[in-house]
Amino acid sequence: MNTPLTPRTPLRVAVTGGTSGLGLALVEAFAARGDAVAFVARHGDAVAKVARRIAGSHGIVGDIARKDDAHAIALQVGAALGSLDVLVNNASSLGPVPLALLADTECEDFEAALATNLVGPFRLTKALLGLLAGAAREGAAVGTRPVVLNVSSDAAVTPYAGWGAYGASKAALAHLSRIWNEELGPHGIAVVAVDPGDMDTPLHALAVPDADPATLKRPGDAAREIVARIDRERAAAGARDPA
Amino acid sequence: MKAATLPVQRPRDARLLVVDADGRLAAHERADLPELLAAGDLVVANDAATLPASLSGRHLPSGATIELRLAGRTAAGAPDEAQRFSAVVFGAGDFRMRTEDRPVPPPLAPGDRLDLGPLEAEVLRTLGHPRLVEVRFAGDADAVHAGIARHGRPVQYAHLAEPLALWDVWTRIAGPPVAFEPPSAGFVLDWKFLDALRRRGIGFATLTHAAGLSSTGDPVLDARLPFDEPYRLPASTVTATCAAKARGARVVAIGTTVARALEHAAARPGGLHAGSGIATNRLGRASRVQVVDVLVSGTHEPGTSHHELLRAFVGERTLARIDAALEDGAWRTHEFGDSVWIERERPQPRWNLNTATLARRFGQVRTTLPA
Repeated sequence: MNTPLTPRTPLRVAVTGGTSGLGLALVEAFAARGDAVAFVARHGDAVAKVARRIAGSHGIVGDIARKDDAHAIALQVGAALGSLDVLVNNASSLGPVPLALLADTECEDFEAALATNLVGPFRLTKALLGLLAGAAREGAAVGTRPVVLNVSSDAAVTPYAGWGAYGASKAALAHLSRIWNEELGPHGIAVVAVDPGDMDTPLHALAVPDADPATLKRPGDAAREIVARIDRERAAAGARDPA
Repeated sequence: MKAATLPVQRPRDARLLVVDADGRLAAHERADLPELLAAGDLVVANDAATLPASLSGRHLPSGATIELRLAGRTAAGAPDEAQRFSAVVFGAGDFRMRTEDRPVPPPLAPGDRLDLGPLEAEVLRTLGHPRLVEVRFAGDADAVHAGIARHGRPVQYAHLAEPLALWDVWTRIAGPPVAFEPPSAGFVLDWKFLDALRRRGIGFATLTHAAGLSSTGDPVLDARLPFDEPYRLPASTVTATCAAKARGARVVAIGTTVARALEHAAARPGGLHAGSGIATNRLGRASRVQVVDVLVSGTHEPGTSHHELLRAFVGERTLARIDAALEDGAWRTHEFGDSVWIERERPQPRWNLNTATLARRFGQVRTTLPA
């Protein structure tokens, strides 16, 4: 790894679904390099535990699937960080557990997957857009831009039988990301969807209970790749990053 | 004027009273706003998000029901900055009752404990008025913000029938949650408007100004409004503002908070520079306006501090004509009402610096980064 010539300015980062799996690994990865991290999760006990363990992190209790929580979460992100350079919409719902064929999927389960995987990230991005836009205006002079990274999946591209609610919601999230990026790009905000690969996480265990963890990517490795991708996207203002 | 009673930020039929630099009045649709701007102009808005600053609960020594309306931060820079606020205290009731009709709270004394849902607070002192107190919340900063986010309601007044949600009072550009009431002139903004500015070469910049309470219902307290309001001026905004002034372009302030912050910052020793400040100024007839050329604002009734501020931009006679036009045309007032575009009146030799003077004044200003 290159040694930076000047000290890196710490980023202000928000991560949803930050108490387990990839989200927790992201909170750890950002915090380890000195970034200020606010993370969101539903269960107060788990949030408090992670916030205590990871120095300088800010735990926020909220459910991104609930309309009423979006602005309350955004308020706490803004109060904790002051501005926002990176938003990772990571919290995901698998839909029906165990996985179900679409024809066997209850409408309520389908709607719940959309609420968490699509509508939630839309609402939270919208509620945090003012902070991101402020960071974009301030970053323009130094060639950096804020990044919204939506965690997607290969199920967004490949139609796996049994993954209907999850796959359809992630496909919509990926397309939402492309349209946001078209609309917000001129204002200096990048929006990308990234497939982190199959990881050894609680969500994967719910989906494929008999998977051999040894064959799965470790969340920490996926988190490092995502942090690197975010750094590239941040620097890609103006001239395209060759990487 | 009549009250705008529905919480719609951008009603399709919103109107804009345009007052040009010669004091001529013209009624426009508010949708015409982009066409009033010219390439090179700079629009400056307040990107403060609004806290749900109304906290209901109980005054524990008396058991009385109270409502606390947070009004300001009292300990900037102190270790317990996030916990300490000034607040106006009301007795029982809610926003549906006019503030001037609200029962007074029980007598408040230092050490009194307040039970406010998930939040606990202690009265530290009264601030020159029995209903204006400094309070300190228990818990760390994150816990205080979580409590306010969960329990607080947007401050609102009796002209609106329904309770407001946070999204009703956040502008499309709302960012740092520091305002106690919405910087409502910013309700005119949406992303389509920002796209139009970009396409047409009109600059857009923001500052963050902690807009405070607009009314308390108590004449003695109301006479003290606006309270001191902290603001933050980003380096990019200072650069854009100085460049606009240097080339003789107009600086268009979206809202009185923007005008107050920019003029306060420009009047400091060394002039406009990036960073934080506390606006203690009160713009009015005697003010020397240095930065803002156009004020876009809601319509305000005579007697309010917002209305007084207009005197910094127009003379007595023009203001009287504005008031009459708004009254005769039944324009809608309050935060969800119609808007005015008021260009600084000329000629006013006392205020009117020529372009060369401005270029000298602003061209030399250093842009310093916030600490």
